[in-house]
Amino acid sequence: MNVPAAWYLILAAVLFGVGAFGLLTKRSALIMFMCVELMLNAVNLTFVTFARTLSDVGGQATVFFVMVVAAAEVTVGLGIVVAVFRRRSSTSVDELSEMKG
Amino acid sequence: MLAATSPGAIVVFVAAAALILGGAVGVLTVKNPVHAALSLIMTLFGVAVAFVAQSADFLAAVQIIVYAGAIVVLFLFVIMFLGVDRRDSVRLDPLVGQRAFAAVGVLITVAGLITLMARSHWVTGALSVSTKGHALATGSQNVKQLGTAIFTTYLFAFEATAALLIIAVVGAVMLARRERVADPEEVDV
Amino acid sequence: MAHVATLILLMPLVGFLLVLLNGPHLKEKQVGYLGTGVVAVSFVLSVVAFFLLLNRSPHQVTVNLFSWISVGTLHVPAALLIDPLSITMCLFVTGISALIHLYSIGYMHGEKDFRKFFLYLNLFVFSMLLLVMANNLVLTFVGWEGVGLCSYWLVSFYFDRDAAASAGKKAFIYNRVGDVGMLVAMFLLFSRTGTLTYLTIFDKAGTLTPTVATLVVLTLLLGATGKSAQIPLFNWLPDAMEGPTPVSALIHAATMVTAGVYLLCRMSPILALSVPGRTTIAIVGGVTAFVAATIACSQKDIKKVLAFSTVSQIGYMVLAVGVGAYSAAIFLMISHAFFKALLFLGSGSVIHSLNGEQDLRKMGGLQKFLPLTFPTFLIGWLTISGVPPFAAFWSKGDILANVFEYSKLLWILGVLTALLTAYYMSRLFVLTFRGNERFREVTAGHDPHESPWVMTTPLVVLAALSVVGGILDLPWIHHNSLSGFLTPSFGLIPTLSHASGLAQTGLAVVDVAVAVLGIMVAISIWRKGPDQPRYESSFLEHVWHWDDFYDATIGRPLTAASQFGDDVVEPKVIDGAVNGIAVSVRRSADGLRKVQSGFVRQYALATVLGLAVIVVYLVARVG
Repeated sequence: MNVPAAWYLILAAVLFGVGAFGLLTKRSALIMFMCVELMLNAVNLTFVTFARTLSDVGGQATVFFVMVVAAAEVTVGLGIVVAVFRRRSSTSVDELSEMKG
Repeated sequence: MLAATSPGAIVVFVAAAALILGGAVGVLTVKNPVHAALSLIMTLFGVAVAFVAQSADFLAAVQIIVYAGAIVVLFLFVIMFLGVDRRDSVRLDPLVGQRAFAAVGVLITVAGLITLMARSHWVTGALSVSTKGHALATGSQNVKQLGTAIFTTYLFAFEATAALLIIAVVGAVMLARRERVADPEEVDV
Repeated sequence: MAHVATLILLMPLVGFLLVLLNGPHLKEKQVGYLGTGVVAVSFVLSVVAFFLLLNRSPHQVTVNLFSWISVGTLHVPAALLIDPLSITMCLFVTGISALIHLYSIGYMHGEKDFRKFFLYLNLFVFSMLLLVMANNLVLTFVGWEGVGLCSYWLVSFYFDRDAAASAGKKAFIYNRVGDVGMLVAMFLLFSRTGTLTYLTIFDKAGTLTPTVATLVVLTLLLGATGKSAQIPLFNWLPDAMEGPTPVSALIHAATMVTAGVYLLCRMSPILALSVPGRTTIAIVGGVTAFVAATIACSQKDIKKVLAFSTVSQIGYMVLAVGVGAYSAAIFLMISHAFFKALLFLGSGSVIHSLNGEQDLRKMGGLQKFLPLTFPTFLIGWLTISGVPPFAAFWSKGDILANVFEYSKLLWILGVLTALLTAYYMSRLFVLTFRGNERFREVTAGHDPHESPWVMTTPLVVLAALSVVGGILDLPWIHHNSLSGFLTPSFGLIPTLSHASGLAQTGLAVVDVAVAVLGIMVAISIWRKGPDQPRYESSFLEHVWHWDDFYDATIGRPLTAASQFGDDVVEPKVIDGAVNGIAVSVRRSADGLRKVQSGFVRQYALATVLGLAVIVVYLVARVG
């Protein structure tokens, strides 16, 4: 048959962890965005695994919508990145630290 | 159960896992952002393979077309536009303890998630009644199944995400617009 | 009777209100006669009430005005008790007050605060009457405080003078310290007997344990020493001479300062229960009389001599109360009112004639210029020195006879005081009226003039009373005398015993001898003039340095403690605590602010760590 769901779930969890670590550690805004995409993909993988195991197509529908939203998010997010970093020389998010207490 | 797994499925799984993890680590480690985008494509491709292996054919296709085809391309556009293909000095993190805490936090989270899943027997919940106990369909049947679900059960979500897309487009246009400041120094794109 | 009694009390109040409301519209003379008139009416009504009381048997009437306090078990009516003691006090208070009001019309003539003076004076008489006529301790206390307040106002009448203002303050504060004693006594009595009305307390007096009775007596004594200027609270009285002379005569000689003695006499049934209490009272009285007499010997201001003389004479009264001779104390109180008011008013006349000079060294030889003041003052002088047949010979003699039976030591002290009294009064008389004229520079060469009739009439009346006052209680008349009249008010007196006739005659001879000795010594020394350094003592002149003692032990430490409070406690402790809270809030806020570092990655890290915590919690719950 197919590989047990557990393996895919663990894989997704590890992918999520890698994405999270990258998000926290990288300073470039663009790399951070890519890490967010990694995390989203991990979630998608989890949903599809459950859809397969429980024979519920709703899981796949959810993944569909997640992809739509991810696309919209990237659009707007990169638009913001462009607007902010247009005049700066680097894309380090550490420079955007003026809203502090 | 392992006994019921066919060797082909295992090979597919291993391949997908390799692609996924290799690409993920690559995003983190390469210095050139363009190379990072390419690693991302590798990961996305691996995820698509995993989708196919789990009877989500349509989604695998959408993954390639939308994610790898559109989103990553968008990334590349922005990288080129901003001109950040220089290297990013990684050696010292200006924020004290960020790396350590991040590692600890992430490890604990992932370990905890896996433990939780293991304790709750990986997959819980009743089998869905919509497929009447059968496994999910593959191929064109999968498209039909998915389409039925989206246009009947999840219709509202569909409409909402459609509106979201329009809003996103408008927002992106607004954001990227040049400000109307009489600044002759401004360099044209 | 009830109406008469109420009117006695209210007439001075009416006078007060009328002057208060119409004062600016009335002329000076009208204010003066109105003020005097109401008090004179009170006096007449007191006489009427006296005769009405005699017709009743027993001699006691309670007049209920209205129910004042009624809370839980505490019931304090606004009621008057008319009995021999209170009617006697009413008579001489209103009589002397009326005379002094009349005198004030002349003495205060031309003062810009003339109306205010009569306002306060009438209010004072009202308070004093309230004090003596009340039938319960609380109402007495209201009067007690009222007289203290009026005394404060009147002593600092010339308030733009620093000395007067601080003298008023001193008087009030010393009174207040004594008032603590009276309040504690009230609390004790209420807690033990459940009532504050005199007659009811006396009925229940038997239920008090000796310790409580002694405590009550001692606290009452504290109150009395404050009001009546005895040791240890007497230093305010000499300073109170800053007030106008009529005030000194009325308040600080005849009436307010006797309030303490009155209170002790009124509470005689309680005093009867406590031997240590009465002994203390006697010792306080005797010692005060002696100490004050020594101080009077070296004073250079005419009014200060009289002030210390007052303290000394009241010491005699307190001594009499201590040995149980209550009637004798009241007898001396009345005769003292006569001759001390006479002496004060006379000295006021002298001061008035010398344009305000009060220093004895600048007087002398006034005999021929003051034809009415001189003889009346002479009579006052002879009276206080104890020369028979004037009033004080009988009253002081009565007291000394009783003291002789009680304690020979105190008797010796009393006799020495009598000697000193004769001495210092003679010194005063000689320096003021006899000898060389030393006042010419004060009067700018003019002759001093006698006072107007409004001032000399009271002098004549008081002189006459001093002469015949002894009739009130001659020692061989027992029933129709003052003591016979008053004795029912005092309940059972445990220690009074009468000396034999021979002993009484012997004591009388001693009294006369002492008086004559004092007079002759003083005349021989002081007719030579006021500068006699051999007979002056700065220790005595400075009141045995009593004021300095209080300043060093109480005044300065308190001031230092207050300064400490201002310098240290206020800025460091109180401000420190309040500001400290503010500062600590700000510091903790500053610390918390650092969480908002502005770095997105740190916010994301916080989110992940939070997620880790939640996951760990869930695992722990499941596992």
